[in-house]
Amino acid sequence: MAGKGASRLIQAGFLVGLVVVWYLAATRWGVNRLLLPNPVAVYDNLFDILRSGEFIDDLQTTLGELAAAFAISATGGVTLGYLISRSRYWIEVFEPLFAAVYSIPIILFLPLFVLFFGLGPASKIALGASISFFPIVINTIAGFGHVDRLFVTAARSMGASDYHLFRHVLLPAASPVILTGLRMGFTTALLSIIGSETLASLAGLGHRIVHLAEAMEMARMFAYIVFVVAIAVTLNAIVSRLEARGKRD
Amino acid sequence: MATSEAAIRVRGVFHRFGEAGEQRFVRALADTSLDIAAGELMCLIGPSGCGKSTLLNIMGGLMAPSAGTVEVRGQPVRGPLPRDIAFVFQENSLFPWNTVIENVELGMTFQGVSKSARAARAAEALAAVGLKEFALHYPAQLSGGMRQRAALARALSLKTPILLMDEPFGALDEQTRMILGEDLSVLLAQSRKTIVFVTHSLGEAVFLADRVAVFSARPGSIKQVIAVDEPHPRRPEFVTSAKFTSLRNQLYGLLHDEIRKAVQQSTAPDTGAEPA
Repeated sequence: MAGKGASRLIQAGFLVGLVVVWYLAATRWGVNRLLLPNPVAVYDNLFDILRSGEFIDDLQTTLGELAAAFAISATGGVTLGYLISRSRYWIEVFEPLFAAVYSIPIILFLPLFVLFFGLGPASKIALGASISFFPIVINTIAGFGHVDRLFVTAARSMGASDYHLFRHVLLPAASPVILTGLRMGFTTALLSIIGSETLASLAGLGHRIVHLAEAMEMARMFAYIVFVVAIAVTLNAIVSRLEARGKRD
Repeated sequence: MATSEAAIRVRGVFHRFGEAGEQRFVRALADTSLDIAAGELMCLIGPSGCGKSTLLNIMGGLMAPSAGTVEVRGQPVRGPLPRDIAFVFQENSLFPWNTVIENVELGMTFQGVSKSARAARAAEALAAVGLKEFALHYPAQLSGGMRQRAALARALSLKTPILLMDEPFGALDEQTRMILGEDLSVLLAQSRKTIVFVTHSLGEAVFLADRVAVFSARPGSIKQVIAVDEPHPRRPEFVTSAKFTSLRNQLYGLLHDEIRKAVQQSTAPDTGAEPA
């Protein structure tokens, strides 16, 4: 029987093994250094990036875009989702519609977003907001739209006002589902913003990575990838923690 | 009966779900009239789908009847009456995101009780149903019987003169149901509330009720009202008395044919089930 400690050990061992294979491939097995830089060089570059602080401008750009996109999609998605959920008819109209749009890769419209909003942050914000809007609105409709009728009936029988009903019944009943939607929206916003920066942009972490690839500075590019992965993992951990805490209260 | 004024007066109530010709069209109630005196406990008993829960919801203003009138304490019912009527539902009507005491206090918040009075009244109601120790538990941490005690405490804390109970012990096992019935009889003997209690159980009806209204199969109407002349609180020995057995048998005789009819209806293609 393997405990939680044992499975953690295996996970860590797998990652260490991956780095060892990477090291051997780069130093012993003759893989071209332009394709696969030495992990030691990547480590040195990462250290240099962090010490010099040259990442700050790009990080600010990306996080600023993320914050703006998420603020738009969270506000719009939750508000619109709530309004739609007030009527069975509107739920039947919009729920399948949003689910259908959610399944198409909106990133395909990036050229259009760039034409409309330019190469700067505005097009990333618009894209990130558009993509993250759908999981948020869909979950908000599901959350508010499927509250157990008995809770509403019981509250009404005790004299609950519309405000009471929203504050003490609908909101607590719906919030676990909405929080999941917000986490999914946040994650998709982050992915689509970094992704779109690699395709067409003037600044940001994604832009920096592509720029280094074009300059064939592979070790430094890998260091930035490691940096972005660390940022993404940290943000996701924070958001998941917030979601769990929100569901507990 | 001391007062001639009925607490609840039901006159010629009809109710149907859906429109004639629709697949889900159901005539739930037909020409139902009933007076419930202040302070009495009236049980409504009948086959599944006979409209007894529908009648309870109409009495409490949660549904409007298709035709007919309901008056509560002399006033026509047009919507929920939180100052006059509290409900206890079949199960799971406690909010799972609130603790037991929060659930009880929230009912009073909805009703408009001042903040300072809520805590004391909630504690009193929980003590009355024997859940003092479980005030800080969440509903999911309680057994089915304890959850229904908590729902009863929530209703009692509202201090309404009328209590409408929709199969409150319907989902519980026979033994838990028996104990809750005994406790309820004691509680209600003290409170002198007017109570309408919907049940499937013949024994529960005879044990609790001052009068039992027997419903016919759908479309339901009241077939007969039987009086149970036995003072509250009822003692456990009542269950083994000849009087209890005879009343229970009388109810069984009245219900048996209606239950047969209801079973035939539920297999017939042109009627749907009664919506909950």
